[in-house]
Amino acid sequence: MGIDRLLIANRGEIAVRIIRAAQSLGITTIQAYSEGDADMMAVKLADESICIGPAKASDSYLNIDKVVSAAIETSAGAVHPGYGFLSESPGFARAIEQAGIVFVGPSADTIERMGDKVAARQAAEAAGVPVVPGSKGRIENVDDAIAVAADVGYPVMVKAAAGGGGRGIRIANSEEELRTLAPQAQAEAAAAFGDGGLYVERAVRSPRHIEVQIVGDGKRAVHFYERECSLQRRRQKVWEEAGAACLDEDTRQHLCQSAVALAEAVNYRGAGTLEYLYEEETREFFFIEMNTRIQVEHPVTEMITGIDLVQEMIRVCGGQDLSVTQDEVKRNGHAIEVRLNAEDPFMQFLPFPGKVETLKIPEGDGIRFDHFIYEGYQIPPFYDSLIGKLIVHGADRADAIARMAAALNGLEIGGLKTTIPLHKALAADPTVASGDFHTQWLEAWLDAGNLKPENS
Amino acid sequence: MAHILSPLPGTFYMKPSPEAEPYKTPGDPVRVGDTVGLIEVMKTFIEVKSEIEGTFTAYVAEDGHPVTAGQQLADVAD
Repeated sequence: MGIDRLLIANRGEIAVRIIRAAQSLGITTIQAYSEGDADMMAVKLADESICIGPAKASDSYLNIDKVVSAAIETSAGAVHPGYGFLSESPGFARAIEQAGIVFVGPSADTIERMGDKVAARQAAEAAGVPVVPGSKGRIENVDDAIAVAADVGYPVMVKAAAGGGGRGIRIANSEEELRTLAPQAQAEAAAAFGDGGLYVERAVRSPRHIEVQIVGDGKRAVHFYERECSLQRRRQKVWEEAGAACLDEDTRQHLCQSAVALAEAVNYRGAGTLEYLYEEETREFFFIEMNTRIQVEHPVTEMITGIDLVQEMIRVCGGQDLSVTQDEVKRNGHAIEVRLNAEDPFMQFLPFPGKVETLKIPEGDGIRFDHFIYEGYQIPPFYDSLIGKLIVHGADRADAIARMAAALNGLEIGGLKTTIPLHKALAADPTVASGDFHTQWLEAWLDAGNLKPENS
Repeated sequence: MAHILSPLPGTFYMKPSPEAEPYKTPGDPVRVGDTVGLIEVMKTFIEVKSEIEGTFTAYVAEDGHPVTAGQQLADVAD
């Protein structure tokens, strides 16, 4: 079973990326687009295209019936969902499967299972992937909370079992604090959710965000090493690296091998990412969730391994075996990606969906620019603000940062406000250079006024 | 008659949430700084505030529809 006609059910830079990967495999590409995206680059590059509805995403890219109808109407043998939109919707994957079309991703059942936090945690634990240590289930009183905390170690986080939205969460650094805070969390949980049940887990101090890229063919899985994405603003990744310089080789091997074990335990098919929190002080890592799709930051992994992950996921979902064995996947050098958003970093990152007047793209060895803009293109205001990603590859981390600084200087996007000044400032920052940061570092750095027009 | 214009391209909403009442109904007083609508631009919601005062006449743009920067959203009588 091979794929010969592929519908791309997404937009922006990832649609362009998928078209290029599919065309190089000799596959006919069909781009689905909304009325707001009629002149986007992916429509121009695809072999065919089909309009799936109005600009509003809920009436087009997020509408399962319209996307499935478009796939049937264009005789697509497969659908690639990209990231975002319907990429992790079990309902969408199931509807595609039921139409007799290949979904370029895992099965609907796998998406459903890994999308459920409790089920994903259980699958991870069963495969030997470390999870944040905590109470087995809900606990009803303060003494039980203290017993769990003594077992997992302080600081601990006390959460409402029924919780959500950050209500009923407390962090206790000692038994004394826990005796005070647990009843408060319990009272807040009872008031907010009508349920005083608690859950206690280790609080991870200054966590770093590490993730492992895997690809499976349903029988076998391989890892493509790890990435670090600790520079985040409002939980959105801003600057991403491969590999994670903070890991020693033993930790890296353990992390990557346990990710493969989980992927194989669930007969994973397609590209996926296991996300972890890493506590540098104790050298411990904890699984938080699995993303069952290709991710924005996949190019840094491609840069250090030389493997085209999008081609690989299309091949395995088309029924082929993985094209590589684990010992054929080698790491080489260090790669960094920055996300370019149409936002004004000096005005609280206000969106700026303008028209691209001029475009100058840096070129050279180890530079890659994944994007969907061209001179004269009006960025539509209806979708997210990502307009491209600049990726560099260097011999080591310091070399990659220097190359990023140079590449940013060579990139000019006229007519728009973009986050280029933020990335220039980060590339010049001594803390970024030292690698001594964690997931809460960037927001504090911004709040402290480190981003000024003159230093970017 | 004066017009309230959209400061940005995006999707216009005359209500703070789907279940809520519109920000203004015809006959309401409008003061400088009053919120009269929302523009959703790149998944961010930005309040449209009146720069004029008078009496609200009507919305001109349709709720939940795309608007361009500078497009007329509502009318205010002197």
